[in-house]
Amino acid sequence: MSTIGTTGPTTSGATSTGTMNQGRTTSLPGFDPNAPLLEVTDLNVRFPTEDGLVHAVRGVDYALRSGEVLGIVGESGSGKSVTSLTVMGLLPGSARVTGSIKYRGQELLGQSDRSMSRIRGKGVSMIFQDPMTSLDPVYKVGVQIEETLRIHDKSLSSKAAEARAVELLELVGIPNAGDRVDAYPHEFSGGMRQRVVIAIAMANQPEVIIADEPTTALDVTVQAQILEVLQTALQETGAAMVMITHDLGVVAGIADRVLVMYAGRPVEIGSVEDIYYEPRMPYTLGLLGSLPRLDSSTRERLTPIQGAPPSVVNMPPGCPFAPRCPLHIAECDEAEPERFQVGPGHTAACIRTEQVAAAHGRAADIFSESAADATMAGVPAPAGVADAQSDLDDDGPAVPPGDQTAPRAGLSDAGTQSVVSAPPRPTNGDRA
Amino acid sequence: MTAPTTQRPADGAPDRGEPILSVRGLEKHFPIKGGGLIKRTVGAVRAVDGVDLDLYPGEVLGLVGESGCGKSTTGRAILNLQPATGGSVVFEGREIVGLNRKQMRPLRRDIQLVFQDPYASLNPRLPVFDIVAEPMIIHGLTKDEADLRSRVKELVETVGLNPEHTNRYPAEFSGGQRQRIGIARALALQPKVLVLDEPVSALDVSIQAGVINLLEDLKSSLGLSYLFIAHDLSVVRHISDRVAVMYLGRIIEIADQEELFNRPAHPYTQALLSAIPLPDPRRERARQRIIITGDVPSPANPPSGCRFRTRCQKFANELTDGQRELCLTVDPKLEDRGAGHLNACHYAEVKAVL
Repeated sequence: MSTIGTTGPTTSGATSTGTMNQGRTTSLPGFDPNAPLLEVTDLNVRFPTEDGLVHAVRGVDYALRSGEVLGIVGESGSGKSVTSLTVMGLLPGSARVTGSIKYRGQELLGQSDRSMSRIRGKGVSMIFQDPMTSLDPVYKVGVQIEETLRIHDKSLSSKAAEARAVELLELVGIPNAGDRVDAYPHEFSGGMRQRVVIAIAMANQPEVIIADEPTTALDVTVQAQILEVLQTALQETGAAMVMITHDLGVVAGIADRVLVMYAGRPVEIGSVEDIYYEPRMPYTLGLLGSLPRLDSSTRERLTPIQGAPPSVVNMPPGCPFAPRCPLHIAECDEAEPERFQVGPGHTAACIRTEQVAAAHGRAADIFSESAADATMAGVPAPAGVADAQSDLDDDGPAVPPGDQTAPRAGLSDAGTQSVVSAPPRPTNGDRA
Repeated sequence: MTAPTTQRPADGAPDRGEPILSVRGLEKHFPIKGGGLIKRTVGAVRAVDGVDLDLYPGEVLGLVGESGCGKSTTGRAILNLQPATGGSVVFEGREIVGLNRKQMRPLRRDIQLVFQDPYASLNPRLPVFDIVAEPMIIHGLTKDEADLRSRVKELVETVGLNPEHTNRYPAEFSGGQRQRIGIARALALQPKVLVLDEPVSALDVSIQAGVINLLEDLKSSLGLSYLFIAHDLSVVRHISDRVAVMYLGRIIEIADQEELFNRPAHPYTQALLSAIPLPDPRRERARQRIIITGDVPSPANPPSGCRFRTRCQKFANELTDGQRELCLTVDPKLEDRGAGHLNACHYAEVKAVL
């Protein structure tokens, strides 16, 4: 496995001329330069727990081309962080992973930690959510950057590494970088720490940067700064990026393509315009409809999605979104739909995409609150729903009398609760 | 609707009139103790440093700002949970600042707080019934067991939960449901004012929307007034009638929702609004973003003159040295400077940023 990470002509890396050296990891012989840089195929991750096997990631497929930004969105527990940790080879040993992750044609799954170490930071690097915990508090930030540089380039002198660290800190916009290399993480604010983390991630000119909620812990004005820095990092390194976030605004600004995850599976993949203006999966539509809009003065009621995401322990057959879906029909419970082609480069895992298409992104057309009431208020559900919702029917009657106006909206998350059977969600790699 | 609360006239749209809650010059300073054996106060973190605001009946006042700006502390000081170190809070004609716990107790019926974290704000060892019933028992509001039962049932239904589940524990509910339990508890005493401290920040968007709708419904059906504290300006715009923007312990701009979002006049408000990414790729990519540099200064040692000047794009790029003098030396008051609403910038200028 020495082909990766060791052959790049990086020895001259530490000039402080301000230009980034273009030393790159090389591909396996026969790698097609037009093929995706990172290709994830049918990735499945299961964690054994006391309650059974938690199937956190259930068949993720995506391909990341050179220079592309792929946004992965989804709610807590949808498996988006676990997916990225799997790519980095950072899952605990108990995790059972199947499928394939190819970086430049080379299979990453099943590699030893040692050989993964050559790829991490150099081929694929990662920016974590919390800059408070992803830096080591007992080392100066400069040392932490230099470590990253020298681990991948043993011949780099410590002087050259330090010069390069200063250069990197300048690139990510840290003032007085020359002095600040000798500061400890606690001397930096949250935004500044995240800049350091980004500097570390881009230190070795990676081809793929995976950013897992990089701005979630930050205030909006700082978030705007960091997004700016990320754009700089992408321009400087020419890297492709996987941007994982729950913030649909961030993705709208930065991504070329978007992958929407639900219950461990991608349910819709398309260009950023497809996803925001012509979504085909009811979940995507519902997600957009439940967002209050900063740019709209008309105060339309939000259209919440009723229910809560399913537990990923012992999932019932059928579409996992079906219990929350206003377009639900009996067929939805027969089998989990694969992703159908609904447009060029646009796929959606739903058998009723035509109905969704008719809404043209207007969530209120489909997720009307009255519709939600109807399904919730015990209007006879299609046969088979009850079975499919076996872990839900305990809470099924969580419906206040229909004459109440106030709680109608409130039904959104009242209907389901399988939390009882799944105490701590071990799958939850992101925010608790 | 059959609310658990008594019939209080639904105030509908606020026609202003007398504020139900009036805050003037509110200060909350936390002392900084020096080192050594004898702890002396060597300074103060001026978390809230002169906040004025009025909450009118039936109104939702949004209080926004970044972390550390003092918005939560303001909420707590108003409720006297962290006693204010200065200023005044008048609720229905009664001064709250300086009251002790016992004196506060009758007022607690009227002003209730909903906390941010539905995981930490509910006692994990009490079933939901006890959590919701507790305030009514403490305040002696129920005649007997049957009355208590029926009121808890009503409350739980009001917030959209199944009353049959009141024997369950908080751990058996999801985040959104827990937040509903917290709201039911706050409503138990039939308050007039709810202080909501980031009530939906911990929730996923699809769940958040349901809680926001619930809060809107409760407000109109029970005639409540909300002080809605949040950092998410989209949520605040959606729910608020008026919005106050805080920076470093002060309100720097306050206006009707429409006015503030469409015609912000303070450079900080403009930067804040322009920093929020819109979930609309075309608009988001076409926007001009005002990026302010640096971080919020320490509230223990705020800058002289205008508190925002150290990060102000206007101060840095547009003003002449002569004009800057004013920012450096004079602390701008919150007043109408020709924009049609109150703001605290010497050189306020309306600028649409959305």
